[in-house]
Amino acid sequence: MIGLIVNPVAGIGGPAGLAGSDGTDVQRRAGERGARPRAAERAATALAVVASARPDERIVTAAGPMGADAVRAAGLEPIVVWHPRTPTSPSDTTAAARALADVGVELLLFAGGDGTARDVAAGLPPTAVALGIPAGVKMYSPVFAIGPSAAGALAAAWLDERGLPTVEREVLDVDEAQLRRARVEPRLYATVRVPYRAGRTQARKAATPADERAAVRLAARGAVARMRPGVRYLLGPGGTMADVARELGVEATPLGVDVVLDGRVLVAGASEQELLDEIGRGPAQAVVSIIGGQGFLLGRGNQQLSARVVEALGDDPLLVVAPEQKLIDLEGRPLLVDTGDASVDARLAGFVRVVTGPSTISIYPVHAPENEGAADHAA
Amino acid sequence: MNRPFVHPYIPNTAPDVRAEMLDTVGAASVEDFYADVPADLRLGRDLDLPEPLVAEQDLARHVSGLLARNVPTTERLSFLGQGTYHHHVPAVVDEVIGRSEFLTAYAGEPYEDHGRFQALWQYQSLMGELLSMDVVNVPTYDGFQATATGLAMAGRITGRRRVLVASDVLPAKLSKVRDYVRVHLDLEFVDPVEGTADVAAIVARLGDDVAAIWVETPSRTGAVEHRLQALADAAHAVGAILVVGTDPVGYGVLTPPAEQGADIVCGDIQSLGLHQWYGGAHGGFIAVHDDPRFVMEMPSRLFGLATTDVPGEVGFGDVAYDRTSFAHREEGKEWVGTAAALWGIAAGVHLALMGPQGMRELGEVLLARTAYAQRALGAIPGIRLTDRAVHLREFAIDVAGAGLTASGIVTALRAEGIEPGVPAGEHELVVCVTETTSQADIDRLAAAVTGLVAASAAEAASTLDPIAEPEEHRA
Amino acid sequence: MSLPIAPKPAHRRFHQARWDEPVIFELSTPGERGVLVTSIEPGVRDAVGDVVAALPDGLARQAAPALPEMGQMRVLKHYLRLSQENLGADFNVDVGQGTCTMKYAPKVNERLIATPKLSAMHPLQDPADAQGALEIIWRTERMLAEISGMDEVSLHTQGGSAAIWANIAMIRAYHEANGDGEQRREVITTIFSHPSNAAAAKAAGYDVITLHPDADGYPDLAALKRALSPRTAAIMVTNPEDTGIYNPAIREWVDAAHAVGALASYDQANANGILGITRARDAGFDVCHFNVHKTFGTPHGSGGPGTGANAVSAALAPFLPGPRVVREGDRYEVREAGPQSIGAIGPFHGVVPNIVRAYAWMMALGAEGLRAVAETAVLNNNYLMKRILEIPGASAPYATGRRRIEQVRYSWQELFEETGITSEEIGIRASDFGMHYWTSHHPYVVPQPFTLEPTESYSKAELDEYADVLAEIAREARETPEVVRTAPHHQTVHHTHHDDLDDPERWAVTWRAYRRKYPQAVGA
Repeated sequence: MIGLIVNPVAGIGGPAGLAGSDGTDVQRRAGERGARPRAAERAATALAVVASARPDERIVTAAGPMGADAVRAAGLEPIVVWHPRTPTSPSDTTAAARALADVGVELLLFAGGDGTARDVAAGLPPTAVALGIPAGVKMYSPVFAIGPSAAGALAAAWLDERGLPTVEREVLDVDEAQLRRARVEPRLYATVRVPYRAGRTQARKAATPADERAAVRLAARGAVARMRPGVRYLLGPGGTMADVARELGVEATPLGVDVVLDGRVLVAGASEQELLDEIGRGPAQAVVSIIGGQGFLLGRGNQQLSARVVEALGDDPLLVVAPEQKLIDLEGRPLLVDTGDASVDARLAGFVRVVTGPSTISIYPVHAPENEGAADHAA
Repeated sequence: MNRPFVHPYIPNTAPDVRAEMLDTVGAASVEDFYADVPADLRLGRDLDLPEPLVAEQDLARHVSGLLARNVPTTERLSFLGQGTYHHHVPAVVDEVIGRSEFLTAYAGEPYEDHGRFQALWQYQSLMGELLSMDVVNVPTYDGFQATATGLAMAGRITGRRRVLVASDVLPAKLSKVRDYVRVHLDLEFVDPVEGTADVAAIVARLGDDVAAIWVETPSRTGAVEHRLQALADAAHAVGAILVVGTDPVGYGVLTPPAEQGADIVCGDIQSLGLHQWYGGAHGGFIAVHDDPRFVMEMPSRLFGLATTDVPGEVGFGDVAYDRTSFAHREEGKEWVGTAAALWGIAAGVHLALMGPQGMRELGEVLLARTAYAQRALGAIPGIRLTDRAVHLREFAIDVAGAGLTASGIVTALRAEGIEPGVPAGEHELVVCVTETTSQADIDRLAAAVTGLVAASAAEAASTLDPIAEPEEHRA
Repeated sequence: MSLPIAPKPAHRRFHQARWDEPVIFELSTPGERGVLVTSIEPGVRDAVGDVVAALPDGLARQAAPALPEMGQMRVLKHYLRLSQENLGADFNVDVGQGTCTMKYAPKVNERLIATPKLSAMHPLQDPADAQGALEIIWRTERMLAEISGMDEVSLHTQGGSAAIWANIAMIRAYHEANGDGEQRREVITTIFSHPSNAAAAKAAGYDVITLHPDADGYPDLAALKRALSPRTAAIMVTNPEDTGIYNPAIREWVDAAHAVGALASYDQANANGILGITRARDAGFDVCHFNVHKTFGTPHGSGGPGTGANAVSAALAPFLPGPRVVREGDRYEVREAGPQSIGAIGPFHGVVPNIVRAYAWMMALGAEGLRAVAETAVLNNNYLMKRILEIPGASAPYATGRRRIEQVRYSWQELFEETGITSEEIGIRASDFGMHYWTSHHPYVVPQPFTLEPTESYSKAELDEYADVLAEIAREARETPEVVRTAPHHQTVHHTHHDDLDDPERWAVTWRAYRRKYPQAVGA
């Protein structure tokens, strides 16, 4: 069963140059500038793909502009299980997501941006599967399909194959007030499971993991294999880190940084100061993965690992761990660091060894975007 | 030479076409395409190769002329085995694998290469019946690789390093296996007794650090292992795996290893419908039970049955496409690549032609001819069989008692147009018979060896023994 | 009046054979025989008695194997029908299997090897009886030594990946012989090199370091220098890479590897476009391998047997696998592997029928012909690239505006964003036109990939037809996407359900397993 939630105002602020669409004030100003929300249209485009494959498919959704209109526009029949107030608010999105999950929707499509993803995730149980139809202004979260038709094709495949493999992805969002002050610093709000499609019929010529979950596990296992006794490891947030924690047999704090020593959690959900205190007690290293779709290692969603923390960690501050696919998903763009301290960032720039498995690593470039064009740093 | 150079294999060497294509892509010459190859890496001269034979008739004459210098086993009396065997190949087998559709296809998908998928799935299934096992791979390179991989799988499954080698193994096969697994596994040899495994000695060496017992049956000298079940029970008692390297040719009449506790059964399919090809036609099978712990460690492709949108239509696809999602071990699954698919199709056709009755008859003929040859040669004074095991196709004779060496026999009999076997040490000769070796052939070999033994005895009698002769009698 | 015949439509009205053929077990008729076995002579039977009854306890098979029972022509017909449901290179414009080098395997070579003078040869015969086979092996090795610039060649391996395994096994033995085995634990490769390089290195016990390309898709020398260290055993790279991009700094790569004491191993699976143009030794490599079944024109056999050629410098020659063929005066002899050899990789001399085919192929071409092969393959590739890039929605990521060597990894990403139709679906639809293509090795670095390698074998008209078909399918993806999504329509089988294939409870790798798991489907 497929569900749909449309954020009726998503994307309205982008073309209007307002860097996002959160808040009624922004939405009103965008409307005054002639902007029209694109989310419903994009949701209909996605569902049209489902409709052409399965003209009789019923889509579980919320009433009116929150979904039912788009379902009908795609030529399908909605099953309405939630009636929002008007105008809709983020809490409607969250409540609708919960309602759809309650009636047994297996795959929830939502049309919007990072704000919508954040609101949807807030209403979903941890095992739920969702997929974004990109229709927002900000899309730092790697939970969106590449385009509306691609989202529809994935949904059609989900129905065809009675489910697809899923992988955990981060939901990040930016405080837009800050965005409009030109410093982007998204925070990590949640993780959701998104479906993906592995190639099926292709003659495999090499035994490499096509399965993303297995790849994440392998990478995590590789990180654990490289850990040494007597060293404090600062496990950052994110899906890959949760797997590292699992491999270590400890419980990770969702969205937080945990300090682990010899398989025991010393501090869960540590603050920057607690991290500095722990680093002061002995050798330590931060274990980080790639957060979000932009390729950030530091400065996005793991702000606890601050410039001061990185500096305190010394010469070899980072153990970077990620499945190869996450590097590939960057499509050639470098990894990024943005700790807010130019000299710390400069020290991290260059190439980094990314652990991808127990006996495999990749060498990948790291840039410090906030530093580009900054004065030469000391070697 | 034709000028301009136009070659039958290369249609676009036609000058006008070439010019048109260069024009279309906006290149002055093909040199443009090599812009990324630095000047100092360019060969800058013609390759120094023999003058070509561009006319087909000249090429055919040259290659056939070289091959004409070969004298095949059809023109000699051959008792050669040791990995490559001379079995009869039914005409239909060659007809099928000679078809362009199979011969020239490669890595297509189940849609446009449905025939290949079905033929190879059937091969898996036919082998499965012969071996009494539910999972058989699309062939890997050969029995050497299959066995090396089978042992590596056992290592990955158990997480252990020790492998007890219970049989005599072909030296070349052992060389391959040893180099392939040595990073992950340590081979320990337990000398066979009377040609087969020394079960008591193996049990004494077993422990919870043993990954596998490795049995070869038939062994290097053709001995058939008759205590597999005891070995399997002992292995399983300590959580080890029984890996059996074998030749499937006898299982129309012999109990397959899986029915005696074997966990991984592997070997070569050359005996099933493949010509000798100067040792160049081998394929490897790996068979396991339908247990994900084992299946997920197999590097080769596995084809499986599938339904399609049309009721009753048979479809195929790759089973356990992602061979790592269940994996509990961190090692990769080696690799999969171009190996021996066409030979697998051939083996499948062969088994389909033979049927249960054919495989049974073949097994019986092999056992009978082997036993007959053992008797015929063993009856020659001074020659003895090396063990009392049951043998299939191959057996070894010890010729020391006849004052002969194995290589001496080979040299002497080659002069008579006979390849009597393969030396395995100074006095041991491994002799091979198949269904293509008649009673008369065996009798001829026995007569020839008898002649050599007689000549050797006569020579020994005519030569004064210098040790037995007192010194003062010397002239 | 019916003549003249109307002109053909723009696209071939292809349909693959569809025999709806059952699996062979369902064709079994008890009592039928496909082939008979020679009888045991009375003299033999008298001498040995009942050999089956004499078997030790438990050794005689109780229940006969449930193989099918079929008359000879029925077996033949069944398999010939299956063959018609297969699309061999002899039938289609087989440019869609990039990296596979699907070229014409000349029919004369099939005729030449189809003789007992080859098929009935046993590898342990008196070398005096095998002079023809041995000479062909030896001459083929020498020709490949000249083509690669290396000192010694072995044709012992049975495929490209086996040859890659031989490369890493020799490298491992070399470092061990120098007392460096413990220290050198890492192998470096690139993401666009054939994955078997990484896989074989891993199987040999090495840690694998993978380098990603620079922004332009070229191998990144700075990344290599960051990865090299005294722990490096070797770099193992394909060049040109699977993108068709040749690494202009390949000499610097090799020099950098040598500077830290590592060896340089060259995967020449993609050599077809550089034969006679540039050689492994000229770039300083220590070891390389060719896929003989690709570059040197032997048929691919539905997935083997192939042949690998390993070519090495004099320093690595002692480590080559054995046995070796040597020339002594005008005679050819077989030498067992020497003390430093990695030993056997497979039985005897490798896939001899393929070696003879490759020899005949090279002898039909000579130096000028091999150069024509390379140049035409590259011309064909750049011509096809121009035609493909004219299709809206198709692109060739990286090295924009530059020429490629012998293949290109293209992307349908733009079409996918627009229509949701995947590269895989387009490939399946192509089979309705009597063509097909392969996407890419995993991982998919290029999104929605397809990899085309025209080789020298296809005419301009065939390349045009191939491009026209892809353009037609791209049009369908926009205008009638369901036609593409529900393909194939003109094939042996229809859309196949693969959910059973990944579930251990449900998959059926053999008929036995199928009968056990689905008793209701096969009756008793």
